[in-house]
Amino acid sequence: MGNVLTIVVQRLLLGLLTLLVVSIVIFLAVNALPGDFAEAILGQGATPDAIATIRRDLGLDQPLVVRYFSWLSGILRGDLGISFAQLNFRTNLGGAGDVGVIDQIAPRLSNTLFLALVTAMIAVPIAVALGVLAALFRNSVFDRVANITTLSSISSPEFFMAYVLILFLAVLNPILPSLSNIYDGMPFAERIEKSLLPALTLTLVVTAHMMRMTRAAIINLLASPYIEMARLKGMSPMRVIVKHALPNALAPIINVIALNLAYLITGVVVVEVVFVYPGIGQLFVDSVKIRDIPVVQACCLIFAAAYILLNLTADILSILSNPRLRHPK
Amino acid sequence: MSTLLKIRDIRLEGRSDEKWNPIINGVDLTLQKGEVLGLIGESGAGKSTLGLAAMGFTRDGVRISSGSVEFDGIDLVNASAAVKRSLLGKRIAYVAQSAAASFNPAHRIIEQHFEGPTQHGVMSKAESIADGVELYEKLRLPNPEEIGFRYPHQVSGGQLQRAMTAMAMACRPDLIIFDEPTTALDVTTQIEVLASIREIVEEYDTAAIYITHDLAVVAQMADQIKVLLKGDEVETADTRTMLSAPTQDYTKSLWAVRSFERPTKPAVIGGAVPVVSVRNVDAAYGTVPVLHDVSFDIHEGRTVAVVGESGSGKSTTARCITGLLPPKAGEIAFDGNVLPADYRKRNKDQLRQAQMIYQMADTALNPRMSIGNIIARPVQFYSGLTGKDLRARVDKLLDQIELEPSQYFNRLPSELSGGQKQRIGIARALAAEPKFIICDEVTSALDQLVAEGILRLLAKLQDELKLSYMFITHDLATVRAIADEVVVMKDGRVVEQGEKKAMFTPPHHAYTDLLLSSVPEMDPDWLTNLLQERGVDNIGDAAVGKM
Amino acid sequence: MITILWIVGVLLAILALAFGFRWAGQMATSNAPGFRDMPLSVAFGYVFGVVLLIWAVRFYFQPLMNEQGVPVASVIFFRWAIQGLIIAMIAAFAFKQFGKFVGTEWSKKLFRSMPLTAAFGILVIIIYAIFAIFAGAIAPYGQAEILGAANVLPGGDVATGGNPDYPLGTDNIGRDILSRLIYGAQNTVGIAFITTLLAFVIGVTLGFLAATLGGWLDQLLSRGVDVLMAIPSLIFALLLMTIASVWAPRIGIPLTYFMVVIIAVIDSTRVYRLARAVALNIVVMDYIEAAKLRGEGLAYLVFREILPNATAPLLAEFGLRFCFVFLTIAALSFLGVGIQPPLSDWGTMVKDLAPFINFAQFAPLAAVTPLLAAGAIALLTVAVNFVVDWMLHKSSGLKE
Repeated sequence: MGNVLTIVVQRLLLGLLTLLVVSIVIFLAVNALPGDFAEAILGQGATPDAIATIRRDLGLDQPLVVRYFSWLSGILRGDLGISFAQLNFRTNLGGAGDVGVIDQIAPRLSNTLFLALVTAMIAVPIAVALGVLAALFRNSVFDRVANITTLSSISSPEFFMAYVLILFLAVLNPILPSLSNIYDGMPFAERIEKSLLPALTLTLVVTAHMMRMTRAAIINLLASPYIEMARLKGMSPMRVIVKHALPNALAPIINVIALNLAYLITGVVVVEVVFVYPGIGQLFVDSVKIRDIPVVQACCLIFAAAYILLNLTADILSILSNPRLRHPK
Repeated sequence: MSTLLKIRDIRLEGRSDEKWNPIINGVDLTLQKGEVLGLIGESGAGKSTLGLAAMGFTRDGVRISSGSVEFDGIDLVNASAAVKRSLLGKRIAYVAQSAAASFNPAHRIIEQHFEGPTQHGVMSKAESIADGVELYEKLRLPNPEEIGFRYPHQVSGGQLQRAMTAMAMACRPDLIIFDEPTTALDVTTQIEVLASIREIVEEYDTAAIYITHDLAVVAQMADQIKVLLKGDEVETADTRTMLSAPTQDYTKSLWAVRSFERPTKPAVIGGAVPVVSVRNVDAAYGTVPVLHDVSFDIHEGRTVAVVGESGSGKSTTARCITGLLPPKAGEIAFDGNVLPADYRKRNKDQLRQAQMIYQMADTALNPRMSIGNIIARPVQFYSGLTGKDLRARVDKLLDQIELEPSQYFNRLPSELSGGQKQRIGIARALAAEPKFIICDEVTSALDQLVAEGILRLLAKLQDELKLSYMFITHDLATVRAIADEVVVMKDGRVVEQGEKKAMFTPPHHAYTDLLLSSVPEMDPDWLTNLLQERGVDNIGDAAVGKM
Repeated sequence: MITILWIVGVLLAILALAFGFRWAGQMATSNAPGFRDMPLSVAFGYVFGVVLLIWAVRFYFQPLMNEQGVPVASVIFFRWAIQGLIIAMIAAFAFKQFGKFVGTEWSKKLFRSMPLTAAFGILVIIIYAIFAIFAGAIAPYGQAEILGAANVLPGGDVATGGNPDYPLGTDNIGRDILSRLIYGAQNTVGIAFITTLLAFVIGVTLGFLAATLGGWLDQLLSRGVDVLMAIPSLIFALLLMTIASVWAPRIGIPLTYFMVVIIAVIDSTRVYRLARAVALNIVVMDYIEAAKLRGEGLAYLVFREILPNATAPLLAEFGLRFCFVFLTIAALSFLGVGIQPPLSDWGTMVKDLAPFINFAQFAPLAAVTPLLAAGAIALLTVAVNFVVDWMLHKSSGLKE
């Protein structure tokens, strides 16, 4: 086990390092702006006084390295800064609207996670089951139809899927609501109902990917000599699958699932906008439109962190499920 | 004796390019209880497909188009899947070529061993484990009590192959199909596996079909030999008759290959400057040392064979000579002048003088370049010839390797056979007009007849052009055929070197002896005699030593 | 809850039917191997397929109007979809037949072995290319031209609020939707194509260099790419677009140019990975070693030895990358930060026309316009993917 532990710790450290470097990239990208935030916030016509105040408030008069570390230590303390919208409000009106970016993001993040969870609960079992079926009955009519359908669904933009679903499930047959106006303290059943359409859209996109990858992984596996050996030992098809294929299929399937959940991150942005779902994706896009850089920066970091984390999980789980690594020589 | 397996006029087809192509065209096969049949043929002869069909099994994309397979009175072609399952593993077992790939990496060896007996209801789990340990002992696996509780990747290749034989034996089947079980092993390991397979098959009076491309191996194992060529049966006879008096031309030519031996050249006159001189070379990949103090000379017009098992450092020595891997210590001299260690620091002429021919002709030729361009490039690069002169030179080179220029000039490598590709590799090396050529296992990927043609061509070219060869090989028959001098390597060291005649006559260094004596010979009694000579325990010890 | 029970019930019924079907088959064929060894799951599949087919046929032939004379939109849409599918199949088949008999020996052979999906893909790509290149000549109006009437409904029937001059109607500020769709081919496809090309030039050059030279250059580039790839591409693109939107007005370069460069750079990381991996596989080949030992220079190695052997996987990757870039640009435009007006583009059109979907009940045609733009995007990516799928299948088959 010592061997595996070392590898896992190595991967974890590597993931952490990647995250750190990513934070530097994001920070530098934002700070490469001409002029600085102050002008961006207040616009061209701002008085020098106001600009100076904001610069001092934001610490923009400090050198770049100092600013990076104070930003980083802020993140570690859970302080993601203050959004421009809030700052503007405060400087211009002198109000005490001291709502940090973190307070804006937190509830939306939990909404998004809820959506991702619902999607995963629907998509993962369907995709894995269909993928395994397509692999078992490869080159059959079912496999061919599945191939064309999934290929088409991967190729379609998320918003196309979303509108087709809206057309059929909300407009023509009003089964589900097309707007996902979720609020705090909403009853669970209603919350599910309102999130179902965006979740289905994401499911369609993710399932196609996941199913194709599962199929490829299983076909690859079924071609192994040890599967042929099991069949030549007279084992029943069921036993070949359960006893011989499955333990080895775990690693690739886990990998496929984690990779596709990571893929969800991108899909979530568009889908949340279509359904006006109050998640982090929508906040991100809104902030991009009004150039609220602290929010954009924070969202970007969260998305990247989630993405790295999922890839890392995939990596570690597949290490753990590899018998060669679990039982070293 | 009663008939166990009866195959009549079987035809097998494989699917490729959207249509069914024949693999086996009507072969008959009869096997009595307890008899061992050797199935030999070159690659593509359909041996494995036929072997699997004998189990009523076809791989995906293969089908039995007609004919019958009858095992102990049961029609396997038309049997239901359930009937076949009840026979497979229990009464008919299979031993695959690569044990490492055919054991499930997720389960312990013994778990896979008792799966057959318990699922077929032959034995209980405890009985089967005890029986497994006994089989391991009989097959002289080290630590028989414990070895089954390891995972496949924790056990060496030769041992796994024996564990797989034990697994095939688990239900005491009536018939075992051995599909090239020793092809992937080194000669010294091969002998241990051969001996244990033969012993256990004899002990339990199991019938077997032994598939291989190696005549000498099949001579040791089989009572009866069947020769296949491109899906057709050439001839069948009992082993001794087949070896002493083959009737068909094809079989005769197969037998003749082993007798090719070029005349030995006189020994080198003392004081002559060698073409290539390897002097006290140490080399390492990163920090892992691979070569230790390797020295030998290659003289003009002579062939030095470098022999050893995989991992002995043969190819690394070649990489040091070509400058791909600069040695840690020592030097390479060419015509008495020390060459720069790194090939990038050598000048064009130094690069031109030493050429290389590779093992896999497939990866040695750019698949997107025509034959003409492949050969023309070095000519143009080194001599600057263009236009008609260039074409004339390329034509001459194609003539030299016995390929018709007008026919081959515009072809792509993929349109050529393995032997033809290897000839193009030779022509490319000749195009540089070198003094010295490294031949890295040039015949080991080829069928025996084709390989012989290549060896004869190389010998002819050497005589015409006064070439010096460094011939890397693990096959002693090749050494016997072509070498003037032999260098034996083991674990990165030169164990012994000298004139070929001296090397093939005792006394030897202990390792050379083991290596030489392990090469199977065509004599059907060879293995028996050898085992007696070595003493059976010796083999067991060798196996433990390999741990 | 009732729905779930219904579904379970239907599935059970199909299972029973499947069991009966297999049994009947066994009886009728006196236990031929085909029926004897048929797993229940396969029988289930057959019966399920048949049930689905029967339902589809029944639904297709339902009346288009209900008793009150109101059109039933779902039937209309279903018929359109089926008709579209059939037309697509016929077109693909005709195109394949055409290709079999016209052209060079090589192209004829290619068409003979081509699956219908790939033929369909090629046909669609050709049509798109024609529209993209000749958009100005084909489109009836200019892409930014504001015409007399706004919000004209599609269909060209005056009785239902249409206008024969604008067969697909006009948008909320009076631009002809058909013209904008056609110009969209030029803008969206053209920009995506240029972006992909740029990504390839960057990615392939660096990837090949890293693979052939190795050492610190390879390490530096590969680690850099690792970091860039740790940020999801759409998110990274949005971040950089935000920054670019602050820059762009100051230096007076249109935002669209920034977008091309940003997406090209982000995507070149993926191209780099593939190009490097492909080149690494080629670099270890003996013929490369032979060329190196001959003393050949870097240029010869890359252009004569590596590139010709990398074209097949790179071409397939170009198709996939193009789809990806195309979808990213469409998504950015849909989110309002991609291709900027007055250029017409499909992503923006979907966003602008989306509210029409809600009229599907009363005016099925109106609801189609946003889907037309989105469908135009989907159709092209599907087509490219079909072709790439076939290419990959073909090249993997050749290896065997």
